[in-house]
Amino acid sequence: MDQILSLAATNLLSPIILSFALGVAAALARSDLNIPEAVAKGMSIYLLFAIGFKGGVSVADHGIDGTLALSLLAGIVLSAALPLVAFALLQVMGNLSRLDAAAVAAHYGSISIVTFVAATSVLEASGLSSEGYMVAVAAAMEAPAILSALWLISRGGDSRRMDDELLREIMLNGSIVLLVGSFFIGWITGVDGMTKIEAFIVSPFQGVLCLFLLDMGLVAGRGLRSSSGVLTPGVLAFGVVMPVVGATCGLAAGLLLGVSTGGVALFMVLSASASYIAVPAAMRVALPEANPSIYLTLSLGVTFPFNLTLGIPIYVAIASALTGGSP
Amino acid sequence: METHKAKRVAIIIEQVMQSRLTDAMSQAGVTGWSVLPVLGGSGSSGEWSREGQVTRGAGMVQVICVVRPDRIDALLEAAFAVVERHIGIVTIGDCEVLRAERF
Repeated sequence: MDQILSLAATNLLSPIILSFALGVAAALARSDLNIPEAVAKGMSIYLLFAIGFKGGVSVADHGIDGTLALSLLAGIVLSAALPLVAFALLQVMGNLSRLDAAAVAAHYGSISIVTFVAATSVLEASGLSSEGYMVAVAAAMEAPAILSALWLISRGGDSRRMDDELLREIMLNGSIVLLVGSFFIGWITGVDGMTKIEAFIVSPFQGVLCLFLLDMGLVAGRGLRSSSGVLTPGVLAFGVVMPVVGATCGLAAGLLLGVSTGGVALFMVLSASASYIAVPAAMRVALPEANPSIYLTLSLGVTFPFNLTLGIPIYVAIASALTGGSP
Repeated sequence: METHKAKRVAIIIEQVMQSRLTDAMSQAGVTGWSVLPVLGGSGSSGEWSREGQVTRGAGMVQVICVVRPDRIDALLEAAFAVVERHIGIVTIGDCEVLRAERF
């Protein structure tokens, strides 16, 4: 427990978390602090490229082992199954309509790539390595949750199909294309490629992540400010309980697969995080009657800050304790 | 100068639905339209602003097109099939254009 609290305290006082806290505080105080939309977009492109490229280089450097395919499969199964768990939890904890509950559940099966990026940063700072292909696992976990949500709706007698255009938009959304594409570039070019662009990919990473999380803090703070009365106490509690449940499932998957300490931690983070980029857009198309204020406020205003501040250090500490790694 | 009567249709819709709407309009024989960003607003779903949106395709856009009066029904049927279940506003107004052959 001391180890967990120590790591949590260290994480809370890191520049990236304090930048996020600054953003939340500024938004809650109604400051006019603002990151221009184009700058935020540019930073997200940089972060996705850097994290994908580094993952590819890691795979090129260490080679592929038999757990790659199993890890991808585990990611897909987790993404498809977690919405069912979330839906069942919401039936108990919340008083949402079937439509809203299914839409919320889809978010908790999918992933937050920003939480993933922040977790890899914490792992690096802790000296823990992880499998480079976890980037590919993250990409594989984006879409299955959406199919599960539509299945949950269809079980209630309201048949919704995912049209081909929506499927294409989900599978080829810019974040996935950039993440997977840069992963393959890193894999193909390997350490030599990293040497050529290291000054751009590695050194500025932490600073850019700080500014990006400042912007995310502003967004989360604005969401919290404008959402008073949207969430009932039960639904609010779900936003904190579900990531812990998801992380436990991710922990089991990581331990069963026998991945590294960092890999187990990343499985926990991916399973604990909730989407707020790809899934909300898919829900607006497939389930337009579902209330976006509920699922966006939960994923962005509750679960994202929870994972970023408390969740990640706890997941890393638990993964370390159970695998024998040392944070 | 001679002018010609036309209909101006303005559809405010979620950005994520934009391509579906313009595809349907194209299939209904509409050959031209303009898309404008909407900065923010307020309606039955509450107040919103384009500022700080992180969700892909979040926010609203306005699709504007001008058609000959005899094409308005086909356009509205195609548009309504797309926007029926979604947040948005469809308005139709009379207008006049200089070059009728373009519409």
